[in-house]
Amino acid sequence: MDKNQSRRQVRLMRQSLFDQGFLDEQFIQLEELQDDSNPNFVEEIATSYYRDSYRSLQAIELALEKTPRDFSKLDSYMHQFKGSSSSIGAKKVKAECQQFREYCDAGNGEGCMRTFQALKKEHATLKKRLEAYFQMARQAGPIEAACRPK
Amino acid sequence: MESSFSSPRNDSFPAGLRVLVVDDDPTWLKILEKMLKKCSYEVTTCGLARDALNLLREKKDGYDIVVSDVNMPDMDGFKLLEHVGLEMDLPVIMMSVDGETSRVMKGVQHGACDYLLKPIRMKELRNIWQHVFRKKIHEIRDIESHESIEGIQLIRNGSDQYDEGYFFSAEDLTSLRKRKDVDNKYDDKDFSDCSSAKKARVVWSVDLHQKFVKAVHQIGFDKVGPKKILDLMNVPWLTRENVASHLQKYRLYLSRLQKENDIKSSFGGTKHSDYSSKDLQGILSVQNSINIQQNDVAHGSYRFSGNNLVAQNADPKSNEGDIKGIVSEPVAEPKKGTTGNIPDSQKTRSSQMDFNSSYAETQKGLVGNVPDSQKIRSSQMRVNHSFASVESEVNLTAFDSTIPATYSWNQIQLEKEHKPLIQLNNGFSKPPLPGPQHHFQADQLQSIPSISSRPSIPGEDVTGSSKSKPSYSEYTNHHGSHVSPTISATDSFPGQTKSCVVDHQLSETISTSTSNMKNQGINLSTDLESAQRNLILGSTSPFASLDDEFQICWYQGDCYGMNLELQNVEFSEYTDPIHVTEVPAHLYDALRFEYPCDPSEYSVLDQGLFIA
Repeated sequence: MDKNQSRRQVRLMRQSLFDQGFLDEQFIQLEELQDDSNPNFVEEIATSYYRDSYRSLQAIELALEKTPRDFSKLDSYMHQFKGSSSSIGAKKVKAECQQFREYCDAGNGEGCMRTFQALKKEHATLKKRLEAYFQMARQAGPIEAACRPK
Repeated sequence: MESSFSSPRNDSFPAGLRVLVVDDDPTWLKILEKMLKKCSYEVTTCGLARDALNLLREKKDGYDIVVSDVNMPDMDGFKLLEHVGLEMDLPVIMMSVDGETSRVMKGVQHGACDYLLKPIRMKELRNIWQHVFRKKIHEIRDIESHESIEGIQLIRNGSDQYDEGYFFSAEDLTSLRKRKDVDNKYDDKDFSDCSSAKKARVVWSVDLHQKFVKAVHQIGFDKVGPKKILDLMNVPWLTRENVASHLQKYRLYLSRLQKENDIKSSFGGTKHSDYSSKDLQGILSVQNSINIQQNDVAHGSYRFSGNNLVAQNADPKSNEGDIKGIVSEPVAEPKKGTTGNIPDSQKTRSSQMDFNSSYAETQKGLVGNVPDSQKIRSSQMRVNHSFASVESEVNLTAFDSTIPATYSWNQIQLEKEHKPLIQLNNGFSKPPLPGPQHHFQADQLQSIPSISSRPSIPGEDVTGSSKSKPSYSEYTNHHGSHVSPTISATDSFPGQTKSCVVDHQLSETISTSTSNMKNQGINLSTDLESAQRNLILGSTSPFASLDDEFQICWYQGDCYGMNLELQNVEFSEYTDPIHVTEVPAHLYDALRFEYPCDPSEYSVLDQGLFIA
């Protein structure tokens, strides 16, 4: 695909990430921070997020398998994970985090398990979408400055 | 020069602000670093609270502000917050993805200047410099209050200083500011200049703090006073003011701890939600006082909340009235003659509540005013001015016209006996600042008069009638004279109020406050400093505007004044005109300036004002 097409593709991919609720306003904040001194800032942040969150998820997984379940600990982990997810604006992931915490409050182990699975799925999906987006963006070349989703 | 206050150089100020960011999440750390760098701040990041504390301790004056996450693995963010507040006295901003009211309240209680929710927007970070600025202003005032004692003498002799100060004009402010070296630092682009410009800030290391705590325990908490502590600590380079200010903070800290439990319940009763959380923190002691008042009103305990201080004397009820009165006092009637104002304040209990709100406003004014009193010197004025200018130049001018200050001063004179009131005022009753709203501003200009004039506490409207410092009425009872609400000049109280408030709320016992008062009274002069400090400490953003103002006022008036009796005792402390006038200093000047009263009157006023 030629440059123009690539760029258009990138724009569309980006727009759909917002439209489909994967990302929120925070992502735009990151884009606005990107400048000449940090031309790949957003991607760096996303990479950093995925690296750290992977570890967090493992910890939560382990905690979930323990019986009896320590809900307060789980809640604490999830609180942390939620904060981390908020850094890149991972909207759907955050929603699952919130759901998980509610189940923790209620002491609902089953609910936690289910939500955790959904959370992992969202987490993985977003990762794929972002990777594709960043790759396309690199191919397309420097894009125009971040623009708010319509 | 233009005071950076009045016209901050957007291009330079507040560039270079040295921020220390603490967060265990590396992703957030990167983002925050980038955001702050975009604001032209100097950023240092830290992944662990321990590391952060080490960094802060190593480079005593190496940072201007700390931004920290609440949830960290190695140390609770709130703990870090307290350490920083006690040891380094830096403004701290908390962050969290959790915005639950209880958490935010906790943050405020522990002394946070602000509480940001994640995800954090860049525009939120852009304005964090205000917390640094505010603190510096308060510190200056604090320092100046000491100077003001001497300054008072000077002022008496020459009112030209005031002339400059009083007539609030951009130029005056500017000139005042110029006089103030401290202010200069703001002019500088480099924030770090501030440290050098102003007096070296005492850093309370762990050892030093341990010595302090030991001394406090040895003396006995209720008998404690900066002088005693200082003697026991046996640290040659430490001054009474340093100790007083630290004591203030410490008191707040303790009351906070104590209140945490009580507050839950008491806060429930507090009408002012914003106050309740804030109170504890002593965001501005004033605020606390105000809140406390509210609580007090509800509980019938210390009304001190600010107004009460004056009235507080042992009579909680009266406190309410006082508070009201104090609030209402605000200078609304500056000219009227003190008596008029005061009585009103007392009357209205209900207005108290109003007062609280208005008080809060007044606090602003008071705050502004209070510092002035202390400053008496022109520098005060300057500070005030600068402050005022920052705050509201407009107000200042307003003040000038109202000259409420004088009014309040008169009241203060009447109050002479009140001394305690002054103390009280300190806490809550911001002495009727003339024209509450303005008071702050006016105070600044007037700085001296404003102290008393403050009563008008913006909120004053609350009491409406109470303008007259309710506390005043209280005093009247006690003293029979005008308990110049102005005393509420709460300036002095601020620091106290906080503590008082805290106590009050919890204990709802005046006695508690009384003891506070006592301590307050004795430490009045020193308390002012600490009060101010406390204020600063406490001053959280919520009341930011108020807080600042109140803080100033409070400092002056550490006197919690609750205990009239204390006042009498304290009075001796106050008798030292210079001493007393820490706060009133500017009041003094104001008085002098405004009304050529005879010196004796002023002294009384000072005391009264000081109370605030």
